[in-house]
Formats: sequence, structure tokens, C-alpha cells
Amino acid sequence: MKFWRARRAGLLFMAIIVIVLPLFLQNSFHYDIAILIGLNAIVCVGLNLLIGYAGQISLGHAGFFALGAYFSAILTDSYEWPPLLALLTGAVAVGMLALIIARPILRLKGHYLAMGTLGMGIIISIVLNQEVDYTGGPDGMPVPSFTLLGWEPGGNFAWYWIVAVMLLVSVWLALNIIDSPVGRALRSLHGSELAAQTMGVDTLRYKAMIFVVSAVMASIAGSTFAHYAGFLTPVEGDFIRSIEFVTMVVLGGMASTFGAVIGAVILTLLPQLLAAFHDYEMMLHGAVLVGIMIFMRKGLVPSISSWFARRLK
Amino acid sequence: MSLLKVENLAKNFGGVKAVNVLSFEVEAGSVFSIIGPNGAGKTTLFNLITGIYAPTNGTVTFDNQNVTGLASHVLARHGISRSFQNLQIFDNMTALENVMVGQHLHMDTRFLPSFLRLPGVVKGDARCRKHAIHLMEYVGLGDYVRAEADAMPYGALKRLEIARALASKPRLLLLDEPAAGLNPAETKAINNLILRIAADGISIVLVEHDMHLIWGVSDQVLVLDHGSMLAIGDSNEIRNNKAVIAAYLGQPVGEL
Repeated sequence: MKFWRARRAGLLFMAIIVIVLPLFLQNSFHYDIAILIGLNAIVCVGLNLLIGYAGQISLGHAGFFALGAYFSAILTDSYEWPPLLALLTGAVAVGMLALIIARPILRLKGHYLAMGTLGMGIIISIVLNQEVDYTGGPDGMPVPSFTLLGWEPGGNFAWYWIVAVMLLVSVWLALNIIDSPVGRALRSLHGSELAAQTMGVDTLRYKAMIFVVSAVMASIAGSTFAHYAGFLTPVEGDFIRSIEFVTMVVLGGMASTFGAVIGAVILTLLPQLLAAFHDYEMMLHGAVLVGIMIFMRKGLVPSISSWFARRLK
Repeated sequence: MSLLKVENLAKNFGGVKAVNVLSFEVEAGSVFSIIGPNGAGKTTLFNLITGIYAPTNGTVTFDNQNVTGLASHVLARHGISRSFQNLQIFDNMTALENVMVGQHLHMDTRFLPSFLRLPGVVKGDARCRKHAIHLMEYVGLGDYVRAEADAMPYGALKRLEIARALASKPRLLLLDEPAAGLNPAETKAINNLILRIAADGISIVLVEHDMHLIWGVSDQVLVLDHGSMLAIGDSNEIRNNKAVIAAYLGQPVGEL
């Protein structure tokens, strides 16, 4: 009961921040950063279900993000599909691809699973770079604006609200699943795969399902990004982007949905804040990450909330 | 009527015959104990019955159905559950959630209703939570209902595994050394708990080194040595069996 209240309170708190935030955003650059944070956060919330709760790893999620983006780009630009239909088609296609890959790849454990997903991400990245006829190759390709029944989001203010609603829905879904029979089964296979099986949990099926869910969330975020940015290059599917997503999840705190959001906020914002330090930017960036990982090993949100819990006792 | 029937069961690891052609039957509603020296093949036998290993040879029949080599999660559906010698606690969850996972097979586990948290899921979870609290009290863990699993003492975790296994509503419960590492008072409590579970109609297969516990609860005792059956019988027969005394129990001090 207590958990249910805490969950609703967290979501409400986040909704208030999202609603109040525009008062502090002064120009379209600020909005741009906020939108990118939101899109990264959606990917991280999904990835956290896989990494933080189910205890698996994926070093290839930028691949799913980029695939979703390119599905939207190609279907709307070359084939003139309605953007929403293209987005949904991309999500279904990426989901199916993830399902096909999931069964063999999720039999792997630990470093081997990391290598397997890494390879998958790199293959996607190579395809996007090489299929010049479809993707424009490394030069990238334009993406038509998003339209829905004649309405077109005009400028960053409208995009902000689209992404905000998507993020809140993602967080709501993630919080729901974690505190459900499905979520407990996922967490149990993280705790002990052997015992989970003995309790009747078909562990491989659950791993595959959550892999697909997180891939679909990345794909939808990718499609949204494509229309928002208006131009797409294969950089979005780079290995480095995959690492960034994982770092956001780990930094914010594994097995914490709000932690995944905070991780996305910090790692999207940090390079901008540190830009003032010019030459020392990367050094400070690294120092902050290393510092947090040394002093808050469980990640920001779990460490800080358990610190508060101890203080309140 | 026999609930579990093991026929000519064998498991080889390379050249090692861990379980070497073994046949026995477990009657419904009884406590069936397996004893023997370390390395006799007790845990291997457990792992064969619960689907963690596939046998090299032989069959396992549960409730007149051939269940040989089925995966653990399928056997759970047939009504076979177990605890582990080396604790397998979900230590990333609360104690109560551990027991709630035990009810997995009796829950609505479709993805979409869980994602949307439909009223059916909320109601099912409330029922599940209530039953889990009941089970924790049943095994004597009423004080730990709100505890995090990773903050609980060893003895309590042993019972938590039993509560979790009971949550799956098994007809056959396999307990792998439930009293290992416990003090005499805790062992006595496990003794009573086993008798209570058996009285509630759940058949039990028990592996244990604590002889007081074995004599206290067993209807039948199987003695294993080097993967083969050394003897089978009730407590009295086993206690006085010369071969068992030589291989495992040892002479009473007075007779040396």
C-alpha cells in the first residue's frame, strides 16, 4: 500500500515539474535541450526495465533508436506514408526484429550478452551507413515534418508537450509493470534465475518480452526524434550512443525508474553546462561520472533516497 | 498410491556416476527422506527430479505422468516445488515479494493488463499479498513481513524459501537440507513445520544431515552411497541396518 502511494506521488511530482518547467525555459535552445532530455529519458526508462530490473544488458539500444528513426524517415520521405502510421510500423518492425534476436541472444549471460548486443548494434549501424539508396549513407537524409490529420506541431513549444506526454506515459507504464506479477517475475530472474524457474517463471520468455518492450520504446523515441530534428544521420545509431544510454541508466540508479530519468537529465545537460569550461569540458565530465560511481555506487536516486530513509528513522 | 515414481534413474558427469540406476516410490502424503555421506548424489537426485539436470537414463513419473527431463518451470506447473541447499533468495526484493513470486503460476501474467494496471491486476495483487502474508506467518516469519530479503538472518531465509515454495501450491515439496546451519531450537521448529506441511496433505522429499530431524519426521528413509541405494525402510529399520551404520551413521560410542 505504501509503495502504491509512493509511486503515485512520484509520478505526480514529475508531472508538476514537467508542467512548470516551461516557465524557466527562455529560448528555443533551452526547449531543444529539454526535448532531447525527454527523448533520451524515454529510451532509458525502457532500458532500465531490461538492465535495472531484469538484470540483463544491452549495448545496442541506439541501434533500435536509429532503426525507428529511419523507418519513419524513409516511409514518410520516400513513400509518403502518414507519419503516425510510419511510426507505428517502425515500432512493430523493430519489435519483431528484437523478438527474433532475443531468443538466441538472451541465452547468453554477463560479458557474452554484452558482446552479443554490442555486435547487434554495430551491424545495425553498418547497415544504416551502407544502404545509401535508402538512408543516404553517412550524409544522412531529410525527414518530413510530423503531421496528424492536418495538424503540424509548430516549433519547439509544441514538441516539448508531445515529448513530455510521451515521457509521462512511459514512466507510468514502467511503474505499473514493476509492481505487477510480470514485474515481480522479471525482478526474480535478476535475483536468482534458478529459483525463478522453480517457481514456474519461464525465464527466457520474460527476458525476450522485456527486451522487445525496451526496443519498441527506443524505436518510438527514435521516430519522434527524426521528425523533430528534420534531418537524420547514422550517428544516432552509433555504438557511442548505446553506451551513453547505458551510462544514463547506471548513473541515475539501476532498478529505479525515476533514476533512469534523472540519469538522462544529467548526462544530456552536463556537456552543455560544462561547455563554459572549453578545454577542460571532457575532463570535468569524466571526473563527475567517476566521482558519482565511487561515492554512490548504486546510482544517484537509490543512494540519495536510502540516505534520506536513514536520516528520517 | 505413489505420487512420485523414479525408475532406473541415472546421471553421469563424464566418467562419474553421480546417480547410478536408482528406483523408488514416494507415497502421496508422506515424508520421504534421503540420507547419505557427502557426495552420495543426494542433491544431484534433487536436481534430476526438479528438472535442473536431464537424466542420462531412466524415468521420473509424477502423478502417473511421465515428467522425465521437463524444464523446471514446467514441473512447477505439475505441482513440484523445492528449496535450495545454497540459498537462492531474490535478494533484490522484499521478503513478502519473494513469497509473492511463488504464486506466479496462479496469477494473471499477461503483459498488457500488467502494463495498464487494470482493476483485475490490482485485485489479484491484493489477494496475492494477503496470501503471502498468511504463508509467512504459517512458517513463523510474521515479524519479517515488511523486511527486505537481503537484511534477513540466515535461519529466517531458510524458512522464507519454504514459504515461497509453498506459495506455488505444490503437491510435492523437496527440501534440500532445511536445517543446515541452524541451532537446535531452530531445527526443532523446522521439524514441527515439516510435520505440519505433511499433515496439510503435501508430500515431502527431504535431504538432511541432522539425524534428529530425520528420525523425527520421516515415514520412509532412503540411504544413498556412491549414487546407489544402500537401504530403504522406516526409521527403525534404517537405524539398525548394519550396512548403513558402517557407511554413514557410525557405531554408538558404547559399542566401539
